Amino acid sequence: MTGRRRVVVTGLGVATPIGIGIEPFWEGLMQKRCGIRRTQAFDASGLPSQVAGELPAYSLRDFIPKSYRKSAKVMSRDISIAVVCAYGAVKDAGLITKCIVDREEADGPPNIDSRRLGANIGAGLICADLNELAGALATAADDQGRFSLARWGEAGMSNLTPLWLLKFLPNMLACHVTIVHGAQAPSNTITCAEASSHLAVGEAFRTIARGDADVCICGGAESKVNPMATARPTLWGRLTTDSNDNPDRASRPFGSNRSGMVASEGGGLLILEALEHAQNRGARIYAEVTGFGAGADATSWSKPDPKGGAIALALRKALADADVTPDTIDLVTPFGTGTIEHDDSEIAGWNSVFGTRLDAALALTTRGAIGNNGAGSGGADLAATVCAVYHNAVPPSSNTDKLDPSCRFRFVQDDPVDANVTCAISVAYALAGAQSAALVIRRYRE
Amino acid sequence: MERRVVITGMGLVTPLGHDVETVWRRMLACESGVAPTSLFDSHTFPSSFSAEVKSFSLDSFLGRNADRHADASRNTQFALAAASRAWEHAGLNAIPKLDPSQVGVYLGGGEGPIDFGPFSAAAVAGCLGDDGQVTSLDTVKWAHAAMKLLRSPCELEQDPNLAGGHLAVQFNAQGPNFNTLTACAASTQAIGEAMQIIRYGDADVMIAGGTHSMIHPLGVTGFNRLTALSTRNDEYETASRPFDRTRDGFVLGEGSGILIVEDREHAVRRGAKIHAEIIGYGSTADAFRITDMHEQGRGAVAAMTMALQRAGLTPADIDYISTHGTGTEENDKIETLAIRRVFDKLADKVPVSSIKSMIGHLIAGAGAVELITCVLAIRDGVVPPTINYTTPDPNCDLDYVPNEARKLDVRVALSNSFGFGGQNDTLIVQRPEE
Repeated sequence: MTGRRRVVVTGLGVATPIGIGIEPFWEGLMQKRCGIRRTQAFDASGLPSQVAGELPAYSLRDFIPKSYRKSAKVMSRDISIAVVCAYGAVKDAGLITKCIVDREEADGPPNIDSRRLGANIGAGLICADLNELAGALATAADDQGRFSLARWGEAGMSNLTPLWLLKFLPNMLACHVTIVHGAQAPSNTITCAEASSHLAVGEAFRTIARGDADVCICGGAESKVNPMATARPTLWGRLTTDSNDNPDRASRPFGSNRSGMVASEGGGLLILEALEHAQNRGARIYAEVTGFGAGADATSWSKPDPKGGAIALALRKALADADVTPDTIDLVTPFGTGTIEHDDSEIAGWNSVFGTRLDAALALTTRGAIGNNGAGSGGADLAATVCAVYHNAVPPSSNTDKLDPSCRFRFVQDDPVDANVTCAISVAYALAGAQSAALVIRRYRE
Repeated sequence: MERRVVITGMGLVTPLGHDVETVWRRMLACESGVAPTSLFDSHTFPSSFSAEVKSFSLDSFLGRNADRHADASRNTQFALAAASRAWEHAGLNAIPKLDPSQVGVYLGGGEGPIDFGPFSAAAVAGCLGDDGQVTSLDTVKWAHAAMKLLRSPCELEQDPNLAGGHLAVQFNAQGPNFNTLTACAASTQAIGEAMQIIRYGDADVMIAGGTHSMIHPLGVTGFNRLTALSTRNDEYETASRPFDRTRDGFVLGEGSGILIVEDREHAVRRGAKIHAEIIGYGSTADAFRITDMHEQGRGAVAAMTMALQRAGLTPADIDYISTHGTGTEENDKIETLAIRRVFDKLADKVPVSSIKSMIGHLIAGAGAVELITCVLAIRDGVVPPTINYTTPDPNCDLDYVPNEARKLDVRVALSNSFGFGGQNDTLIVQRPEE
């Protein structure tokens, strides 16, 4: 086995409430746009939190070959978002995959061998479409209006389309993407809530570095803007309920007056590529991935560790893997859920590793602008981090004007700042479940 | 020099028992774990039988420690039980100086069973008008019912990464913690990726494997609608019949298989007993269709080939294959074809079997249980049978070790797992060097 191959980022595809596609997303961040509105996707007036980060309208047709339109019927929203992000990432990277050929957009022969193209896409617990499932379940109610399993088994279940289950298997994000783009190399589906994207990108980084693939479509996608996915975190007291009339200010990461997170939908997929492969096809290189680290909380699976131990461990391991120290980091991208406990935990974790370096480095969080969609939040964060490194600019972070006193992050406020961003680090963690992961992104140099 | 990765501990919770030796003994005796479903009333369902884990209690594994996991989902409890056995088996409870940041978890863990009672009641409340007629969903009515009925801990524990969180706490495993859900291939993929994590040096010890229970109304509904399950309600004991011409689908099972996967040097240094070495891992996507396997088994062939290449082996080196062998028309035919394409003439010589004939299909948990039986086959010189095999299928013409365990000197074994949507994973394990 030869040494580890260098791995670079050559494409970015995102779907966020402030824009679909990397350019609208980055511009939106630079202009400090906020994508949180009153919930439109369904009537949320029966729930305490009535704000959400919803995607701008899009047509899936613009992201898949004509021959694949039939399959859209078996895509849940989460799957559809992943397919949208994948197309954006592939186009942005100048890759000519099966999808690009089938859509007759190719300006040359395929420039990636299907057997060397992988996918590693983080996914959430995909909540059933209640319009479909609840309606079917109600047909099995008995005369007293109670659900009857006997009636369901006998007749009720036939109201569900035969392929119903396939809309909700988390691996269907990656499966549709691999089918559409013809990706036959290693493919994985990481289901670790908010840590999913970082873990997926980290694993893809290792897969390419050791030579098991040349290119990987990696990151995550999820939608929490549906009744069940909004009700669940409501039960856990995670959602903010104080800003239904002031959605722009609802998501306040690390704020001194923060009160919870905002449910959203979206995703971010990166094209990771072996440096040599990128050079051979003359690809634009955004940045290099140089370090990955992961850790877990051994204190609790349901509550964040007040010391942020797993976050700290992930940061330390990623720095060591990249062979850099905190004082060389110019930009930090914390997650910033916006709940009191999680942000306390994250602040403690960062402070313990970076200490005074946080007074010098700049910071960026996208939570204030796009909320938290779960598995896809980290992918959007990584895309923003890569853009900051590539453009040498740090956009403002929405709603970070009044920070928790223990928090040392230097978020940019109104106008973006031109800054030399040579090396950046981004972290994400599962709100429940224990997983944390960090990645170091570095300016590419030969 | 690349780090070598070995298996030092194993734990099982399956429909045939809650410990490795019992499960193995019963498999070699051709027993079946299939019975009428008892976890919910399924008598009107197209499939009213399954392979359940029987009389399970976490207390008997964790003692007083079980209390802290009282809210854990059924899958998570299976994983905790199997992992506690694997941890003991590996002798890790006797090691005072384990670096917790170098101990990780990689599970193919399923979502916890949906809390169906409250969920269905809220659904009905949201869709039933005052006149008893079904209406379109009123999300406000639904929300009022849901907020009253849904149980907070049950909802939290459904997230598929929760089993890994419980294991991290129970075993103070602070290293990399992943959960994959590549459907029926998940735990094979988890073990393969855990091996890569150790090879790279991101951890020295990984708690790896899978756990799943889909024996709940929506799980069975989903598979019944796909017509993936056997519906032989009157012949449930023999319904799981992989590779038989009369097969009509798989039998849903549940359970967990957990392995302690470890850097070989680390294991040797602490004097651990090595049960097998993981020498090959292949992972591919069919990139074909979400509903069907590729007709020529493209991805399955590629996964087996990749695993052989990475192990530096040829088909002649493989003594036994643990198949995915679900008992669906398509899987068994295409897996047979794929094995033929990789093994060519040697395909007639290598015994292949499916333990799903006895314990059903554990979905995300299946691959880990199957890999453990490969390790046991190496240890004991015997391979498990494919039971319920009576009618040969011209499309399935390999040696399936029918209806009787077989003595066989197994030095190297290969295990396949294939998931819905075209996810293919293969592992190869080898007898440890003396």
